[in-house]
Amino acid sequence: MSRRAPLSENKKAERKLGWLLCAPAALVMVLVTAYPIIYSVWLSLQRFDLRFPDQREFIGLENYVTVLTNEFWWTAFGVTMLITVVTVAVELVLGMGLALVMHRTLVGRGIVRTAALIPYGIVTVVAAFSWRYAWTPGTGYLANLFDGSAPLTERASSLAIIMLAEIWKTTPFMALLLMAGLALVPEDLLKAASTDGATAWQRFTKVMLPVMKPAILVALLFRTLDAFRVFDNIFVLTNGGNETSSVSMLAYNNLIRGLNLGIGSTMSVLIFITVAIIAFVFVKLFGTAAPGSDDGERR
Amino acid sequence: MADTTTRAKLRWGLIDVIVVVFALVPVLWIASLSFKTPATLTDGKFWPREWTLDNYKTIFDTDQFVRALVNSIGIALIATLIAVVLSAMAAYAISRLDFPGKRLLVGVSLLIAMFPQVSLVSPLFEIERQLGLFDTWPGLILPYITFALPLAIYTLSAFFKQIPWDLEKAAKMDGATQGQAFRRVIAPLAAPGLFTTAILVFIFCWNDFLFAITLTSTERARTVPVALSFFTGESQFEDPTGAICAAAVVITIPIIAFVLFFQRRIVSGLTSGAVKG
Repeated sequence: MSRRAPLSENKKAERKLGWLLCAPAALVMVLVTAYPIIYSVWLSLQRFDLRFPDQREFIGLENYVTVLTNEFWWTAFGVTMLITVVTVAVELVLGMGLALVMHRTLVGRGIVRTAALIPYGIVTVVAAFSWRYAWTPGTGYLANLFDGSAPLTERASSLAIIMLAEIWKTTPFMALLLMAGLALVPEDLLKAASTDGATAWQRFTKVMLPVMKPAILVALLFRTLDAFRVFDNIFVLTNGGNETSSVSMLAYNNLIRGLNLGIGSTMSVLIFITVAIIAFVFVKLFGTAAPGSDDGERR
Repeated sequence: MADTTTRAKLRWGLIDVIVVVFALVPVLWIASLSFKTPATLTDGKFWPREWTLDNYKTIFDTDQFVRALVNSIGIALIATLIAVVLSAMAAYAISRLDFPGKRLLVGVSLLIAMFPQVSLVSPLFEIERQLGLFDTWPGLILPYITFALPLAIYTLSAFFKQIPWDLEKAAKMDGATQGQAFRRVIAPLAAPGLFTTAILVFIFCWNDFLFAITLTSTERARTVPVALSFFTGESQFEDPTGAICAAAVVITIPIIAFVLFFQRRIVSGLTSGAVKG
């Protein structure tokens, strides 16, 4: 307030610098996502099979009809939804537990946190191979527990193992996001509740959960969208066999194995729309809980 | 009183052990498999009965793995470097400067963080083929930078907001420009945040499988996770399990090292970027 006069010059310089500094990051992000997704819409309106490039032509929404009336698509969609809902629900519970352990343990806090970061950091494909061999009859320590049957050759058990692998890998990430929320819970409040005779469960539901709500919503949103993209684990564990393909697997198969760019792009667009709807519902339901949404108000 | 704390400690200790075991078993298992001899590989025991380093010798003798390792390291390092530089610039602007369009940038990076990567696979495949970027390092580096940027910008903005900015003011009063203040005063203070961000971005690039498998077709740019998945398909006559496990252990080593040495930084980086407000 005291330096109003010389500020306009400074202000201009500040704006310019701000734009200059943000331009490269913004440019890369927009170029590598916005342009391809628009291009993808264009491709999805064409018959475009790389094995028969001569037959390339504009066919309107025919690809969408093909995909949306295809039972493989809906099976994959169902599998993806199932995996998303189950893993996110389980991870919310386990992640909350892990967050509490990492935050409140009296001994070995460093060790627990270090151990928890290993699933987060490890390459998904590596972890997937570990689970695959664990469940391979003969080789695996887990398969032998179950009378040497081959769980990865049956649909239900394959899906269970895919979900187990997903949960193992991403629970720590969920826990870390939740721990950020736990750190916001005032210690005094917990002590006060405790002296007032609140049980551990009451302290958790009445004191911690309300404070943590924004963190929980952020964690749920990010994990849901992330879970919907499930690909690596399925690729390694079952390669989509026995109807365990996710929508990502299906899009990959149409593109790389089928070389059908038109259908592949149609699936890309459909997945994009689905994710957009999920994100929209979350944001609508939970308002301004998303990170960064408060940024403008701070100053 | 002393008795209850001992019991509480014991209880927490027990819970700790469960967490650690649950986190480590799959990693120990694949390491154990990598040390097993072909004869004992299928014995189903958790620990090897006979130890061997042959699997490691095998993979380092094959061009397939060594090339993939070089690709993985090179691509991840370059992508990390560029992403950190770009995000540092943007995060500085977001946390320090006042300019129109700031909220838009934050919004865009949030959208990118939620973007389904598989939606880009088909169009990028075609675009990169036309541009000659398909199956090259830049062809992978570009999407990696893009998807690392939101995380990097959030983490760094959070770090930058904690820096004592009065020092910057002091430097400017002494006649430094905004740019000089950034380079001379703030950048050194920001180094720990930059380092943490670099680790997170590196882990992200190192981890990627989807882009690596769709945007490459030969050893030119194929990274280790993809090479691993191809070990399986090709050799039907020779069991590739030992080799796969050895290669898997090799690419897990950097992750373990990061986690062991920089646990605090990684945790603070991930949690600070997550909840702001």
